[in-house]
Amino acid sequence: MTLKDLKPGQEGVVASIAATGPMKRRLMDMGITPGVAVRVVKAAPLGDPVEVNVRGYELSLRKEEARQVQMK
Amino acid sequence: MSMTIALAGNPNCGKTTLFNELTGSKQHVGNWPGVTVDKKEGTYRKDKKIKILDLPGTYSLSPYSAEERVARDYLVKEKPDVVIDIVDGTSIERNLYLSLQIMETRVPMVIAMNMMDEVEARGDYVDCKKLSEILGVSVVPVTARSGKGLAELMEAAMETARSRRKPKPLRLFGDALEHVIDQAAHVLGGDDPDESRWKAIKLMENDEAVASLLDPEMAVLVEGLVQDANKQADGDAEAKIADARYRYISNVVKEGVKKARRGPVEGTSDKLDKILTNRILALPIFAVVMYFMFSCTFSENFLLIKGLPSPGVWLAGIVEAVWGMAATGVTGALEGLGASGWAVGLVSSCLDGVGAVAGFLPLVLVLFLLLSFLEDSGYMARVAFVMDRIFRHFGLSGRSFIPMLMGFGCSVPALMASRTLESDKDRKITMMITPFMSCGAKLPIYAMFAATLFAGQNPAAIVFSVYMLGIVVAVTGALILNQFAFQKEPSNFIMELPPYRVPTAKSVLIHAWEKVKGFAVKAGTVIFASTVLIWLLSNFNFSGMCEMEDSLLAMAGNGIKWIFAPLGWADWRASVGVVTGWIAKENIVATFGQLFGGASDEVVEAVMAGEEGLPAIGEVFNRVSAYSYMAFNLLCMPCFAAVGAIKREMGSWKWTLRAVGFQMVTAYVVALLIHVVGNLIF
Repeated sequence: MTLKDLKPGQEGVVASIAATGPMKRRLMDMGITPGVAVRVVKAAPLGDPVEVNVRGYELSLRKEEARQVQMK
Repeated sequence: MSMTIALAGNPNCGKTTLFNELTGSKQHVGNWPGVTVDKKEGTYRKDKKIKILDLPGTYSLSPYSAEERVARDYLVKEKPDVVIDIVDGTSIERNLYLSLQIMETRVPMVIAMNMMDEVEARGDYVDCKKLSEILGVSVVPVTARSGKGLAELMEAAMETARSRRKPKPLRLFGDALEHVIDQAAHVLGGDDPDESRWKAIKLMENDEAVASLLDPEMAVLVEGLVQDANKQADGDAEAKIADARYRYISNVVKEGVKKARRGPVEGTSDKLDKILTNRILALPIFAVVMYFMFSCTFSENFLLIKGLPSPGVWLAGIVEAVWGMAATGVTGALEGLGASGWAVGLVSSCLDGVGAVAGFLPLVLVLFLLLSFLEDSGYMARVAFVMDRIFRHFGLSGRSFIPMLMGFGCSVPALMASRTLESDKDRKITMMITPFMSCGAKLPIYAMFAATLFAGQNPAAIVFSVYMLGIVVAVTGALILNQFAFQKEPSNFIMELPPYRVPTAKSVLIHAWEKVKGFAVKAGTVIFASTVLIWLLSNFNFSGMCEMEDSLLAMAGNGIKWIFAPLGWADWRASVGVVTGWIAKENIVATFGQLFGGASDEVVEAVMAGEEGLPAIGEVFNRVSAYSYMAFNLLCMPCFAAVGAIKREMGSWKWTLRAVGFQMVTAYVVALLIHVVGNLIF
């Protein structure tokens, strides 16, 4: 399962990050590292990107990027 | 003692507010070399010998964005006397991630724990003393908005700079990985063990910028060590390092921060966000905000009341009227003193040149008061969030929407609005395509052709189609630039949605003022010089002052008209129109009025409004070539004021010329296509 599969309101724990290069680094810099809890807040009005809550703040990312985050 | 203090921190952490509080109005804004990133410098209000430099806001010292590269190159190479790292007390975990990376560079630093008023309001408790002990770095509680704690902060910063006290060394990555890092640092050698260790860590993080500086032999050695590191870290040292930093931060936060016990209670920010990005309400609200912003700046019928000018138009009208009166007074006085015709003309063209700059200032001011409000309040991030879905198809981010929309009013403030974009690449592309949005000054050109050549054929549809053409070319241009000119730059939308905050009046005013000043000074020289030059060319030939028909510009028009033959209008008057259009696009109509049979000012006015045609242009243009001419002037180099704005924002002549070159080539190709295809059909 990936972060993209979570519905608004659902929470999960990150297992690993499949992306490479700049995208992977950016995800980790923003606090998406293995073991962290992420809660999906909502999707944008046009369905994409999504807003998640991680480490006490709101982060937005595209579904394509959320798909790179493997959940436990 | 003179010293340099650098401010570092995440975006939205209150860094700019702190900078404004520390420096007052004594600041200088420029660009970092080669990138469209603000470089802000100032001096401390209470001690002019202390220089304060505002580094770009970043989340990390990775090498991937222009901001991050600028910040880390400065910290590692230039080494300020002390860094003030600003941490948003309401989001400590993510903010400390950057702090740890700054500590890794071992530059003397202090931490400003900001937003303490919000922390208290939430009922949380941040133990700065405890955090200082754990991190080995002074942590000073401040509230930048109110100025609370700033004296103590500066005291701590100066003390740290004087004693050159480095942050304590951190060894967070586990024995096995640390051992490999030590080996790598040893292999790298050098006089400065701190720098070697920093480089070694970056290499383990797959940092291309550091790796690319190694000589080939060293690269092979290091490559082996990086593989060792990956083996020690379950195949992924980069992830292990980021993870170790965040683990350490979690422990620090557990020790030093007490969060008030609360259930899932919504704050004001959450409630506001529920409405502003609501699935159904978001787009209508967004449309209203954008409409309000556009009409505040450009509308002649503000709030749909006929004849009521918006604040921007009203101010611009006053500036123009005052300037016009002053100019008439000065030239009148000169004539009274018996000055010769050319001297009066030169003075009046210089005054026009300055007036051209001054007339834009109110638009820039009004738009930037509104834009900085949106930016500081946190709504701008939501604009990007809402619009991203659409703009990503063109390789841009949702934030490009604002400059492009404003482009329909005037390219000058629109180009300056591109600064709100997240990435350097998006900024550059947006600046290159924003002038394709047909600005208000181009409308009289379409009105002239529509009334003259398309009178029987729904002129409104013709004008509308030119606007649509601009949008289509802008989108296509963005795609092409993305594909070919910027292919190496990655794009993502992993960004913070900051909490909504009420902006401080001071921040909004300072930001708008900077923009006005920057435009007047940096763009002003370009505009002034080119306006005067074109005036000289269009009023003189080698034997002295003359009518435009006999001028150097007319000669040049005759000389270059063959270039435009493939576009369908190889006429010197059409060529001269293109050139005078660069002063201001609506000048094309006045030039045509003069060159095609000396039309009076009243006729020109009526032609501009589309109420009357200019039949004489039918000698040169047919419908197809007229459309090709409209398209060319829509797309080619914008007016000098806009070029000045591009120069100011790009911060380099190289990129300014690239942008103008791109626009000229695009204009030529599109006009050529229109002429060729148009003649096949009609």
